[in-house]
Amino acid sequence: MSIYKFLVFNIKDPRNAGLLTDAHALGFHHLQSLAIHDLYFIEGQLSQDGLQQLALKLLIDPVTQSAFWMELPAPLTPPDPDSVILEVALRPGVSDPVAGQIVRAIHEIGIDGVRRAATGQRYILRFDSSVSSSESIRISASISATLLANNLIQHWTIGVITPSFPEELASSGLVETISIRNLAADELLALSKERRAALDLPEMQAIQNYFIKEQRDPTDVEFEAIAQTWSEHCFHKTFKAKVTLDDGQVIDSLIKTYLKSATDKINAPWVISAFVDNAGIIAFDDEFEISFKAETHNHPSAVEPFGGANTGVGGVIRDVLGVSAKPIANTDVLCFGPQNLDPKSLPEGVLHPRRIQSGVVAGVQDYGNKIGIPTVNGAILYDQGYTANPLVFCGCVGIAPKGMHRKDPQAGDRVVILGGRTGRDGLRGATFSSMTMDAQTGEVSGASVQIGDPITEKGLIDVIVRARDLRLYNDITDCGAGGLSSAIGEMASTLGCDIDLTRVYLKYPGLAPWEIWLSEAQERMVLAVSPEKISELKKICETFNTELTDLGEFTGKNRLVVRYSETIVVNIDNEFLHDGIPQRQLKAVIEKPILDTRTTEYQISNTKEHLLSLLSSPNISSKASVIRIYDHEVQGGTVVKPLTGIEADAPSDAAVIKPIGTKGMKGIVLSNGINPEYGKRDAYKMAWSVMDEAIRNAAAVGADPDRIAVLDNFCWGDPLRPETMGSLVEACRGCHDAALFYGTPFISGKDSLNNEYLGADGLRHAIPPTLLISAIGIIQDVRQAITMDLKEAGNFIYLLGDFSTEEKFVSDVPASAPRVYRTLHQAITSRLIRSAHDLSEGGLAVTAAEMCIGGRLGMEINIESSSLFTEVNGCLLVEVAPANVSAFEKQFTKLPFTKIGVVTQDPSLNIRESVSISVTDLVHAFNNPAHL
Amino acid sequence: MKPKALILQAHGSNRDFDVIEALTLAGADATGIPLNELRINKTLLSTFQLLVLPGGFSYADALGAGKLLALDLASYFANEISAFVKSGKPVLGICNGFQALVKSGILPGEKKDVNARRKDDISVTLTFNEKGHFECRWVTIKPVSQNCIWTKDLGKNIICPIAHGEGNFQTAEFFPLSSFIANDQIALAYTHSNGSPANGEYPANPNGSTFDIAGICNPQGNILGLMPHPENHIHTWQHPRHTRGETSGSGLKLFENGVKYASNL
Repeated sequence: MSIYKFLVFNIKDPRNAGLLTDAHALGFHHLQSLAIHDLYFIEGQLSQDGLQQLALKLLIDPVTQSAFWMELPAPLTPPDPDSVILEVALRPGVSDPVAGQIVRAIHEIGIDGVRRAATGQRYILRFDSSVSSSESIRISASISATLLANNLIQHWTIGVITPSFPEELASSGLVETISIRNLAADELLALSKERRAALDLPEMQAIQNYFIKEQRDPTDVEFEAIAQTWSEHCFHKTFKAKVTLDDGQVIDSLIKTYLKSATDKINAPWVISAFVDNAGIIAFDDEFEISFKAETHNHPSAVEPFGGANTGVGGVIRDVLGVSAKPIANTDVLCFGPQNLDPKSLPEGVLHPRRIQSGVVAGVQDYGNKIGIPTVNGAILYDQGYTANPLVFCGCVGIAPKGMHRKDPQAGDRVVILGGRTGRDGLRGATFSSMTMDAQTGEVSGASVQIGDPITEKGLIDVIVRARDLRLYNDITDCGAGGLSSAIGEMASTLGCDIDLTRVYLKYPGLAPWEIWLSEAQERMVLAVSPEKISELKKICETFNTELTDLGEFTGKNRLVVRYSETIVVNIDNEFLHDGIPQRQLKAVIEKPILDTRTTEYQISNTKEHLLSLLSSPNISSKASVIRIYDHEVQGGTVVKPLTGIEADAPSDAAVIKPIGTKGMKGIVLSNGINPEYGKRDAYKMAWSVMDEAIRNAAAVGADPDRIAVLDNFCWGDPLRPETMGSLVEACRGCHDAALFYGTPFISGKDSLNNEYLGADGLRHAIPPTLLISAIGIIQDVRQAITMDLKEAGNFIYLLGDFSTEEKFVSDVPASAPRVYRTLHQAITSRLIRSAHDLSEGGLAVTAAEMCIGGRLGMEINIESSSLFTEVNGCLLVEVAPANVSAFEKQFTKLPFTKIGVVTQDPSLNIRESVSISVTDLVHAFNNPAHL
Repeated sequence: MKPKALILQAHGSNRDFDVIEALTLAGADATGIPLNELRINKTLLSTFQLLVLPGGFSYADALGAGKLLALDLASYFANEISAFVKSGKPVLGICNGFQALVKSGILPGEKKDVNARRKDDISVTLTFNEKGHFECRWVTIKPVSQNCIWTKDLGKNIICPIAHGEGNFQTAEFFPLSSFIANDQIALAYTHSNGSPANGEYPANPNGSTFDIAGICNPQGNILGLMPHPENHIHTWQHPRHTRGETSGSGLKLFENGVKYASNL
């Protein structure tokens, strides 16, 4: 069979300019131009006419593109002496959805004889005259490695590339037996390391003892299944550990002691499900309930930013599908290293933060936009500590009719997979994400990388929503980290099951049984389906191009039995698998808080310059260039959008969504709180502060503070280090105390530990302790929602909350905060407030400036210049029309508020008589981030 | 009786429910039908009075936005769609739907059969935005064509979001622009927020489309294709400045036009 290569190029390709800018930013200043062409490789037997039809009907846009094609191997066209040609193709086995579509479409246009397809890119690079031709090849290789290709998923070459199709291997039924019963302690640890199981000695010994009792050695499938079930990622052993503090105090499980217990004590009647399912669920209205979950996908995003973030979004959407809900909104909080980091100072094996950001953002965009879920809330933070370990938090909100989610598999039900096929994707992702990374991680974790296919997952949404309404399944869960092993293992944990792996549809042959069982191939859900409902479910699947596989049955025998055709490859007792893991014993040392001296360090001599530089600083400046490439309008429910104001360029405090298809005017409010700067200083107060920030942001747009639930996401370093564990304990304690203070329950959470990088220099690079609180609230009538942009000259500006400016380690949350937010909510509901904006990073001055930007109006405020930039908790600025002043002040009697200024038609921010900054300057500073 | 609207749900459509809501509000009896269901029962189409191809990412935009959906239209429904169009029933393609109508040659729709796919049959395209990336922002569009049943007599400008990466309307060199304009086939054009022509200026013209073209119709005027999403501005609370009391620019009228026309057929 022949392989044909098609080269498609745009007469004017807008991608070129962006790539050139990126190359220059990464220090390749001699690159003069860069052009990208698309490559398609088609394997088959085609006539000249067939080839031409293929190009014209499928591969090119006849108005803007041209193509030429050749049969491989083709003689190398003599390269233009002034340019370098570089070609990139995917590695075999990496998901290539476009290739699949090409094969399908070729058949549809009536051309036969095509077997497989693959895609790639050609880049044509030109350098300025100072670069010799040998140098140009060397620099091109460097550009390829740093910008154009990723070795994990692609291979590239200077010159012409040959595509690689997955090797045709015979289907492999190979099962190894792992001799474990006679191993000594050090040998057990060596085995754990060799198989990248990330298990410690007591855990390995528990496995050894079980198989001694069973009088046999485990198969590789069994060993991998146990390693996955017991992984940090799936079992959360640090959060369930017994922790001994340096003062002798013992905490038996952080989850139980601090997080679940807070929810239990608050006992809110509107919390429907907390901590037990794939996502937390709260009541919405008489008809619907809403669910919310946030996940991290940090390790995969560090090594393959696009795929990592892409599948992070896909994964959290499946969490929401896993509680039978239709996904209606996404959130994304991202933490990166400095964008202008000197490329020479990068640790070995680490991608540049600029490349990580562009890849992550593209990955979020690709999945969210294509699947049709609006991305409505988020944040981007920069810190040196995230250089090697970026954080990618993906959240998803879903809606479902009340009481339609089922979690009750029956003995005799079929074990069914829906969705994508299984390949080697993401093997051992669960254990990979539980390990510290080093310079080699990129190379060895190649198989941990996954590429998403949002349209396949869209099919899953279409199928599951219909199947739910027809009550076609008894249980449902998503396939995430740990693959079928995790999903089926968990679902069968009460009944047991007996399934056959040879029934799993594979992307390509050759997978060993353990690989099929552990593969983290995306876009799959597992359902428990009563046998008589299979055919009806299958029909729906066919309508939405979704594959259904019946693997076996739930037995009621309480054992996990997995076969590969005739051979039994797993036969483990459920009790051992799910409860046999010994509780981890950890030590924690709680360190003294570190004084926050940042404001005094600044030496503010010139308020104007300082404010403008804050507005264009990385963490405060506009994120519009990212926000605008996410679709935040699809599904038609976005009431308060991420960017707001007259020119839609000011940052909203929170998003408001009115779910399509609901009656009445009730809405959902989404906000977040995160502050790594405080995490470095005092983890306990940081937790208070970010809880306060999330709730305050929600209250600022009109959420009812008594109807807010939150999610916790902890990203920390290595918990085996007592100081790290100590700050984690403190953060959890802070979460607990703050939750009780506000009456705000946790409904779900997630942790990502070991976010450390052991550099080739032998030093540890750890992230700042980072806690993300994601809030979901209710607003009774979305038409009452308010935004942060100034509305009208002549209105008064009030400062709400206890504005204390003493120097602190990390500022306390004022005791008045919950009452301030409740009263604010009443005032918004009574329509007494025209705009509200919370005080956060950069203090009051930044808040005032952003409100001016939003309304393109000025403000005159009377406040001590020494207090302008102090960061406090519990405070907001609000705008009140003169007619409402007395009603407003009456509502706030007994609460801390100060009338500090007035909105002016004159577009400038005037602080006392001493400082005057035009709104034009504010807009310019905010919209032109200094670091980009 | 309410006219029946068929919203074709392709593999990857995602603003199907948005447009169903808009058509329902506009007075239609709107039903989403998955493409595979229509393939099984092609004659179903003729029982509807209005056809909508909604926004989304059919087939993930593989090989160019709308390309593979266009192929489906030509492979499976060429005769049915041709008959539907000839009978004068209103057809609407929004965003991905517009891309599919253009890439199948149904728009701009001269005297051609939808199955004809020689290179020189395709004279217009929707290509990559000039900025080189997807963008979501609210735009102002001016109804231009009085020949198009969807935009005729709309009068006021529509304010609604765009959300696309490939919405840059371009024509081939041989494209008969003068007859296109003479036929009143420019249905909608991007303007500044004050209503003055965008003149190609970003972001009023968000993607670089030639002549600020946001939507076009066929010479008969019953098929409209447009990139922006009027279905996402049918309630006052969707307006990006509703908290400032602004209420203008609803997209609902456009759907009412189509529904009214369909009910008079």
